[in-house]
Amino acid sequence: VCTSRFWFNYRHVANTLSVYRSVKRLGIPDSHIVLMLADDMACNPRNPKPATVFSHKNMELNVYGDDVEVDYRSYEVTVENFLRVLTGRIPPSTPRSKRLLSDDRSNILIYMTGHGGNGFLKFQDSEEITNVELADAFEQMWQKRRYNELLFIIDTCQGASMYERFYSPNIMALASSQVGEDSLSHQPDLGIGVHLMDRYTFYVLEFLEEIHPASQTNMNDLFQVCPKSLCVSTPGHRTDLFQRDPQNVLITDFFGSVRKVEITTETISLDNDLAGFESK
Amino acid sequence: ASAQFQLTVPVAVVFAPGSVPGDLPRPLPFRDVREMKNSVNLRTSITSRYETVYRSTTAQEEAALDVATAREADAALSPLQDASLGSLTVFVVPETSSLLPQGISVYVGKHRSALVRARGGLAALRTRLQQLTQVMSFTASSIATALSDRVPDGQLGPDARRHLKSSLGYEITFSLLNPDPKSHAVDWDIEDAVNRYVQPVLDKLSLVANFSVDSQILYYAVLGVTPRFDKESSSFLLSAHSLPHVINPVEARLGSSAASLYPVLNFLLYVPERSHSPLYIQDKDGAPVSTNAFHSPRWGGIMVYNVEAPASSQASLPLHVDVDMVRVMEVFLAQLRLLFGLSREELPPEFLLESPGNEGLADWELDRLLWAHTVENVATVSTTLTSLAQLLDKIGNIVIKDDVASEVYRAVASAQSAMAKLATGHLYSAFQASKEAVTSSERAFFDPSLLHLLYFPDDQKFAIYIPLFLPMAVPILLSLAKIVREARQRKKEPTKMD
Repeated sequence: VCTSRFWFNYRHVANTLSVYRSVKRLGIPDSHIVLMLADDMACNPRNPKPATVFSHKNMELNVYGDDVEVDYRSYEVTVENFLRVLTGRIPPSTPRSKRLLSDDRSNILIYMTGHGGNGFLKFQDSEEITNVELADAFEQMWQKRRYNELLFIIDTCQGASMYERFYSPNIMALASSQVGEDSLSHQPDLGIGVHLMDRYTFYVLEFLEEIHPASQTNMNDLFQVCPKSLCVSTPGHRTDLFQRDPQNVLITDFFGSVRKVEITTETISLDNDLAGFESK
Repeated sequence: ASAQFQLTVPVAVVFAPGSVPGDLPRPLPFRDVREMKNSVNLRTSITSRYETVYRSTTAQEEAALDVATAREADAALSPLQDASLGSLTVFVVPETSSLLPQGISVYVGKHRSALVRARGGLAALRTRLQQLTQVMSFTASSIATALSDRVPDGQLGPDARRHLKSSLGYEITFSLLNPDPKSHAVDWDIEDAVNRYVQPVLDKLSLVANFSVDSQILYYAVLGVTPRFDKESSSFLLSAHSLPHVINPVEARLGSSAASLYPVLNFLLYVPERSHSPLYIQDKDGAPVSTNAFHSPRWGGIMVYNVEAPASSQASLPLHVDVDMVRVMEVFLAQLRLLFGLSREELPPEFLLESPGNEGLADWELDRLLWAHTVENVATVSTTLTSLAQLLDKIGNIVIKDDVASEVYRAVASAQSAMAKLATGHLYSAFQASKEAVTSSERAFFDPSLLHLLYFPDDQKFAIYIPLFLPMAVPILLSLAKIVREARQRKKEPTKMD
């Protein structure tokens, strides 16, 4: 979810698209991704390179690409729609691609970025979502068993305040900065004229580029990404609500999609007799 | 929420002449009841109640049993039973009867009856009966897996969350994947195969849910994994641990109906490229799998269909391939059974199960599914409504519309009716009631009007209202104080002045 509008918040859209791209590369199909972008950077009139969103200066990596499916765009990204997607309380006319059709065996990854403060995240410069609302939404999801395990990543200023209030089981949270700290952006690009990425997401993206679908890297490695020397802010994480040990949790459990598979050993026997059969 | 389930199974034990044990407590016919209680967790328990009627055969039943094989007896007996859903009839035949093959003591038919060889006294018969009900009706563990979100995590069996959840409908999609259309022009008569083989099974399952079937052909769809070439067998092999990565690249192209929210079951038939033929799937021990197919719980199944290399290497490409739909459907329907959890578990010794043939599943297997789904539905309704009540307690200022309220009442009434019907052994009406209850409770819980954006944390209330009201309040309070002082002074003055 990218919650910021306006051209100078280019980096938030780039953040979100980078995570989207990694997740698709590791196997999650579009039908299982809900992408919310609050503003259109690729076709923004101020974009000197139209139809692209770059994540690295020198324009090495175009994260917009050919294959982006944005489910909620522009003014549709509101706190109300976000909570509706999470809790499932959606008007019946909403199409399948805009819904979160998860069940009790789904592992959900939620990535949010934008401007935030102590206990809130700003949506579209006009409203906010508080950490208590988010915690309540997750509890509603747990009550209906809409997830098996949930990984929540947030890249904003004072991001750790957003996960302080969670109380539902099986949630692991990562944030780019502690309460009282600001998350900083990575590097400006003089050609485009804005900062391209935030530091935390930049290093997370670098980390994820090394992961492939059969990788055995676990969550503890993700916690080490972006130490204070590189990130200036101190990333935090919360694992007390999570039942498994982070050591045993694979990155691909959330970022990729590795299914349980069983060999079929049975067949049934069908009679292929035509007598007594009417064709419709 | 606490739930005490009582599941009643009506059982009839019918003695053929010459099979009555000597140690009956009372002369035929008589009834008895056996109950067993299982606790799933602190507040949920299941009581299984078997109401058994013991009687002797009628003349028609005797005639039906007077045939050569058990299968014919089963076919002859079934029109004579008015076996309602959930009930069982057990025919006890004399020990010397030739209906049952050698070494087999129990024969389970396609419908709702079984044949048992009389051996020993009543106690031995009762043991057999208990084994039979475990096979044909429900077991404590099959019901517990239906209640898997109430079972403490450590005690979940391997079957938990493996079978499809109870839903009002399912979408089935058959897809033919042809990555190499230049070499293979594949033709599959899917419509005919669906009408002939799949439709009878779905008709039988139509009691459980609505099914919709569609099919598609995808060209240039490749597996995400490169198979290994094995020199010994000169074939290509897909090892078991690479199978989980096969599904994802394909899934992106599968698509699903935009309008329906039902779970989708995908059955894929993959015809390997000419350069990768023949392709076999290896199991964990390295042996090729006979069905050449695998499935993923709650998703569907994939089968690899190898095309025989043409006899002469000068054959013109593309080769025309006519898919043998019988072979394919045998595997797909078996996978469908496995996805629904209808697989044959470990059978006790000396049991023989009749194959259900083209119908795909026996009547008692349908009953097993209905027991599990009914219990799951009622448990879901109970959890949903309890959590809705807790939400309303916590957030006092949500407005409940009238239609939401009526859905809640309807859900409660249906759930209570379902529990009552389960306790009296009427499985069909219990299942219908549980479906209505689930529909109503889901509609109530997920009603869009219940989203509370009226959350006002206390510190935000202060933060917003104090700067507004405090400056206004200061002069108001001061002038109020002044008025009070003046009023008091006026009261005092009259006494002073006289």
